[in-house]
Amino acid sequence: MTRKQKRLAIISGGVAVIGAAVLLVLFALQDQIVYFHSPTDIVEKQIGPDTRIRLGGLVAEKSVVRGTGTKVEFVVTDTANEVAITYTGILPDLFREGQGVIVEGAFVPGDPVFVADSVLAKHDENYMPKEVAESLKAQGVWQGEEK
Amino acid sequence: MIVELGHYALIMALATALLQSVLPIIGARTRDAGLMGVAPAAAIASFVLILFAFVALTVSYVTSDFSVKNVWENSHSMMPMIYKFSGVWGNHEGSMMLWLLILVFFSALVAFFGGNLPATLKSNVLAVQAWITSAFLTFVLLTSNPFQRLSPAPLEGRDLNPILQDIGLAIHPPMLYLGYVGFSICFSFAVAALIDGRIDAAWARWVRPWTLAAWTALTAGIAMGSYWAYYELGWGGWWFWDPVENASFMPWLAGTALLHSALVMEKREALKIWTILLAIMTFSLSLLGTFLVRSGVLTSVHAFATDPTRGIFILCILVAFIGGAFTLFALRAQTLSPGGLFAPISREGALVLNNLFLTTATATVLVGTLYPLVLEAITGAKISVGPPFFNLTFGPLMIPLLLAVPFGPLLAWKRGDLWAVTQRLYMAAGAALLVSLAVIYFATGAPVMAGLGIGLGVWLIAGSLTDIAMRSGVGKVALPIMWRRLKGLPRSAFGGALAHMGLGVSVIGIVAVTAFATESVVTMKPGETTVGGPFTLQFEGLKPNTGPNYTELQGRFIILRDGQPVSHLTAAKRVFTARQMPTTEAGIYTNGANQLYVALGDELPGGGVVVRVWWKPWVTFIWFGAIFMSFGGIVSLFDRRLRIGAPAKSRSPAVAVGQET
Repeated sequence: MTRKQKRLAIISGGVAVIGAAVLLVLFALQDQIVYFHSPTDIVEKQIGPDTRIRLGGLVAEKSVVRGTGTKVEFVVTDTANEVAITYTGILPDLFREGQGVIVEGAFVPGDPVFVADSVLAKHDENYMPKEVAESLKAQGVWQGEEK
Repeated sequence: MIVELGHYALIMALATALLQSVLPIIGARTRDAGLMGVAPAAAIASFVLILFAFVALTVSYVTSDFSVKNVWENSHSMMPMIYKFSGVWGNHEGSMMLWLLILVFFSALVAFFGGNLPATLKSNVLAVQAWITSAFLTFVLLTSNPFQRLSPAPLEGRDLNPILQDIGLAIHPPMLYLGYVGFSICFSFAVAALIDGRIDAAWARWVRPWTLAAWTALTAGIAMGSYWAYYELGWGGWWFWDPVENASFMPWLAGTALLHSALVMEKREALKIWTILLAIMTFSLSLLGTFLVRSGVLTSVHAFATDPTRGIFILCILVAFIGGAFTLFALRAQTLSPGGLFAPISREGALVLNNLFLTTATATVLVGTLYPLVLEAITGAKISVGPPFFNLTFGPLMIPLLLAVPFGPLLAWKRGDLWAVTQRLYMAAGAALLVSLAVIYFATGAPVMAGLGIGLGVWLIAGSLTDIAMRSGVGKVALPIMWRRLKGLPRSAFGGALAHMGLGVSVIGIVAVTAFATESVVTMKPGETTVGGPFTLQFEGLKPNTGPNYTELQGRFIILRDGQPVSHLTAAKRVFTARQMPTTEAGIYTNGANQLYVALGDELPGGGVVVRVWWKPWVTFIWFGAIFMSFGGIVSLFDRRLRIGAPAKSRSPAVAVGQET
């Protein structure tokens, strides 16, 4: 191989790998990302069933029904609107009524109840999921310090 | 008093670092030995000063001096001593102190062991280190001063976040910082070389031990963090592709690439410009990680509670250093002479392939980590990029790389023979294929991919063994000769083989746990049983218990196999008294490489409880593999070639005979 051919081989190999990676990334960014919505977004925008989303807000006071087994029901609110959630599993340690929470999952067709497969609560007293804090500020019910 | 002295020491350290930033560079320009001599003295002085400040902070933690705001916020008099100690870096301010301490520790090491470096290079390296030190010291003093006092002093502290009250906090952050702050040395060497405009194979030889040391610590630190999150959070996962995890993983990927490209530069003087670029990129990614974790721009389970002014400050440091280094690179890179030539099929070619895949993979992780930020800034849409994205992008890039690994060390430098290497690897390939088929055949319901994945792990392990076997001539030469050859192999050969083997071990663990783990959520009353893998778990009941600074409700289980009790397991829900904060303590039973993992949920009326049970086959392989990798790094670090100041071993036979007789 001449010097030129060697260089060409290495460069074309590199371009092929990077090209494949770019295609994969573009494809994954189309399909594999999850949008965050507030309960108001859910009411305003039509979100189809089986679309995976993250839903964030406060756990409504006195809405948590547990102790009947592995299934837990609660309501997520941004004070303007609310969405009912069901979840099977163990809630995070800092999951409490009146506190911020993010749930991930989807609506099932023909049912207004959101089926969550993961629930994220804050992991520290000082910490509120950023998306939740912002959506609460948008609703004017933010009670933490102004940042 | 010691607190004020600590604060004072930090200010003194800043003054020292500022001198060290300027004088040695002028000295290197004007060849003034006196000015260049400032560098090592100042580096050691800053280390002593920052060490003093760090000790001062530690003393106020250990003695529970709640008049210091930082101690009040993050400690409690009832806390066990080990957590009072490790709690020093369990918060933003204290962990910045640890960051700085490790930074100046590395500078001091260069000052101390850098006797064989050319004087101008050493001065420039230490000056660049001092730029970083000055920037971060200013940051700490202006925005994150750990020595702020409270008056009047509160009687009791607010306690350390319970999740951090674990031995993991004592090990994970120091190891992690040794890793990603350690890469600052590579960065400084790269910038110093660009300032000098001169670079050669010797440069790579000087940089390599630092890269190795940082990489080894980072590998161990990430693995430790992964295991800590696994047992502490009670979610049963060992890697979440969380932005903060990615922040430590990106420098690791780039650092791994750097480790390999520096090899080419050292042996063959090729890839010089690329290696310099990688050294800059690796530390830039470390800085980016520091920014992401501390600025509060990302939602993450690990992020510190933050304050936006800090974020902007670190962003400025980030832009100045990365921008500056890349500008310098753009100005100087073409003045560096290109190195030796090589055929695409050669050891160099294999290492280029390694670099190509590793840097592309780093880029995909970077895109996945930053895309939510960019999208939100542009369109306002909030998204999360989770495991599905990374499985689809990072995963496919790793497969060809892992397949290629065993070929690399067997190929000759300059021009290799791919066919000859393939013939040497037939045993490894056979072993991998056999294991794949066995897994597909025996594991009921195993997906074909799982079989191939485990085969890939075996391929890596068998490939590294082949490498050592070929080098020592197993089966070709008499045993004593083989033994002598084996003893004569450079330690870096063993180090590399160990690291590649560790990679294989981790791959097996990852594939096995992904494919074969089972999970169930059940309600259990005392006496009831549930199945986890080959074991049956019998619930005995809940029992309250009191620890030093918490109360807990323990769920006790008997583990049965074929109806016979084999062990016990206790999972708990703790409430930490000071913060009234609950945590989940998973119960883990390790059986061989497998683990049975139990987390407790809500208590039910009538003594029942919600229980989540995972059976995780071969899960410990994931971390054992990482231990192998770090161990490989340590073995390589003790290679004679890298021992600083050690003269090359004489090859002259006359001398060799003389030594033997």
